[in-house]
Amino acid sequence: MSFELETATHPEQLKRVAIDPVSRVEGHGKVTILLDDDNKVHQVRLHIVEFRGFERFIQGRPYWEVPVMVQRLCGICPVSHHLAASKALDMILGVKLTPTAEKVRRLMHYGQILQSHALHFFHLSSPDLLFGFGSDVAKRNIVGVAAADPETAKKGVLLRKFGQEVIRLTAGKRVHGTGSVPGGVNKSLSADERALLLKDIYQMVAWSREAVHLIRALFEKNLQEYNAFGRFRAQGMGLVRPDGAMDLFHGGLRARDADGKVLFDHFDYGRYWEIIGESVKPWSYMKFPFFKNQGPEEGWYRVGPLVRVSNCDFIPTPFADRERTEFLAFDGGSAAGATLGYHWARMIEMLHAAEAIKDLLHDDDIVGTNLMADGGERQERGVGVIEAPRGTLIHHYRVNEDDQVIRANLIVSTTHNNQAMNESIRQVARQYLDGHQVTEGLLNHIEVAIRAFDPCLSCATHALGQMPLEVSIEDANGTVLDRAARDGNGRFIAGGVAG
Amino acid sequence: MSDQKTFLLDGREIPFEPGQTVMQAALTAGVFIPHLCYHPEFRPHGSCKLCTVKINGRPATSCTMPAQAGMEVESDTAEIRDKRRALVQMLLVEGNHFCPSCEKSGHCKLQALGYALGVMTPHFTHFFPDRPVDASHPEVLLDFNRCILCELCIRASSEVDGKNVFALSGRGLKKHLIVNAESGRLADTDFQATDKAAQVCPVGVILAKRKGFAVPIGQRPFDASPISAQAERYKPVAPAPKKEA
Repeated sequence: MSFELETATHPEQLKRVAIDPVSRVEGHGKVTILLDDDNKVHQVRLHIVEFRGFERFIQGRPYWEVPVMVQRLCGICPVSHHLAASKALDMILGVKLTPTAEKVRRLMHYGQILQSHALHFFHLSSPDLLFGFGSDVAKRNIVGVAAADPETAKKGVLLRKFGQEVIRLTAGKRVHGTGSVPGGVNKSLSADERALLLKDIYQMVAWSREAVHLIRALFEKNLQEYNAFGRFRAQGMGLVRPDGAMDLFHGGLRARDADGKVLFDHFDYGRYWEIIGESVKPWSYMKFPFFKNQGPEEGWYRVGPLVRVSNCDFIPTPFADRERTEFLAFDGGSAAGATLGYHWARMIEMLHAAEAIKDLLHDDDIVGTNLMADGGERQERGVGVIEAPRGTLIHHYRVNEDDQVIRANLIVSTTHNNQAMNESIRQVARQYLDGHQVTEGLLNHIEVAIRAFDPCLSCATHALGQMPLEVSIEDANGTVLDRAARDGNGRFIAGGVAG
Repeated sequence: MSDQKTFLLDGREIPFEPGQTVMQAALTAGVFIPHLCYHPEFRPHGSCKLCTVKINGRPATSCTMPAQAGMEVESDTAEIRDKRRALVQMLLVEGNHFCPSCEKSGHCKLQALGYALGVMTPHFTHFFPDRPVDASHPEVLLDFNRCILCELCIRASSEVDGKNVFALSGRGLKKHLIVNAESGRLADTDFQATDKAAQVCPVGVILAKRKGFAVPIGQRPFDASPISAQAERYKPVAPAPKKEA
């Protein structure tokens, strides 16, 4: 089984272009493109080349170590792994969280959404959006944004900083804390910590609203390009609250087809394997999930902000809900299906996170002292699902009577988007590369499409700014025909080699 | 004028009582000397060598050396710090010490000494030994990956609990901690979570089950100040009394 442009019929006769590594995304991945002598595109693949062994080396470890260990998958969204693992282990302990524990965890999660979305939009993607996808590579970075628009860059930095502070005060550290433990949390907010966050939260809500308006203005200005860029039809899946509201922390699974028709709703994620399967391909370490009843070919789907904003019936915070309504109505609903619509939806979610943080800070449970749930009936199997910044995150464990993990399965957000990202870059290759001489600017279009999904390719490290990049075009015999490079300072060197 | 006897430690006059070791006198005076196998409630052991000082120019373990009037002791010198750092680095590579996910982080003496001695890298090649966890006991987990062979659990089990649950087996690099059961499983010994041996591990080997990460970051023993500023914690106390059978 192969999708259009996934596998060329005669790859041995084609020249190969590689984007390695893909920059301004989390982790390490590469794109390969096979072209014929007329630069017609025959094959495009996003390869995930890092191999992670977490599911294996967690085996045999005591279960209470899991939320702290697995979060090391990622330096950007460790909180998501920390919380998804904790939820799975709550299920194994058979407990229901105390109100304080659930609200502290929610606060931590919304802090995570806020900081990750701010990081992605302002630090990683705004250079493309503000300056243009093929603009001067020397300026196409956060430093360039800071020079051209210092106010926007400053707000981005401070929004992220605030989110990190929320995490620090709930988890103990900005990155890789220990706040959430199986059955509860190990701390709540003190009165001083609550006051510290309350002091700035209204400013964060205001800046988040501005960010939504910024991406909306960019859509209005570049309507045709943004709507068409890397656009493809896809199904989508995410969590929703029982009443249909957006809930990034907990809910049931809802999926819609490419026309928005509900495929399943409020599905208990504790049985996710009944509806989701995973296939593998020889050219990537990342699996390809699919809806089991449709099979691997038809059953692929996407997740993340774009899906979540249109999948839910409403957002339970007023400013974000108003922005959602306008987003869905924009240009007859065109943005809600556009790959670059991910950015807009992401900013709506950032606004929702800021509003949710504000509401939680006004809730007295957040300073409560009842942190741990009472013992429940122990289960062997536990599943925890959360809507991480990048999409639906599934953690699944089995724990033996001696308290050791005997099996672990993680389906991280970016994995769900594997096929979708491949579809998107194939579309961009058709739109921009087909028949053209390859340039750095054109290759950046491929990266812009990947960045829209905010992928976490390794879920462990992240690349910020201009990583050295080298592109070589070889003929069928491996002879280099053309070469271009981008050095560590973002300079494009025709015929050069990355330093 | 006082007739209190003293010795010099890094140029500072340290008073001592007859029968005190250099370590005990230093800790009583509020001066920390790095150590792992020393425990205030137990007789000195002298095996980890981390507390090595120079006394009148000659190396000696401060936990076993009786204090004597007029001796000149060097401890916090560049030369001795380098040697202590190397000892900690060797311990870190000999076992599997993954501080980022270890529940003893912030409570662990080995980690605290790593910070205090400026261990920035492991320096030596990791052994990555294969040491399976013993999770058989309902209340206590044994994670042998982190054992530094200080023998505190052995001493506590023998001298205080009267049980002899733990022992070392093998020689040289193959020396390792075992439990006193034919099956080799802790569950098949008479070990209890209330035993003194369950309380003395300076690293993350003997762990109360289902309690990990209960103390938030910021409130753990070594969050507030480095171990080198916590001499008070290790001041001599009366020996732990032997439990009634």
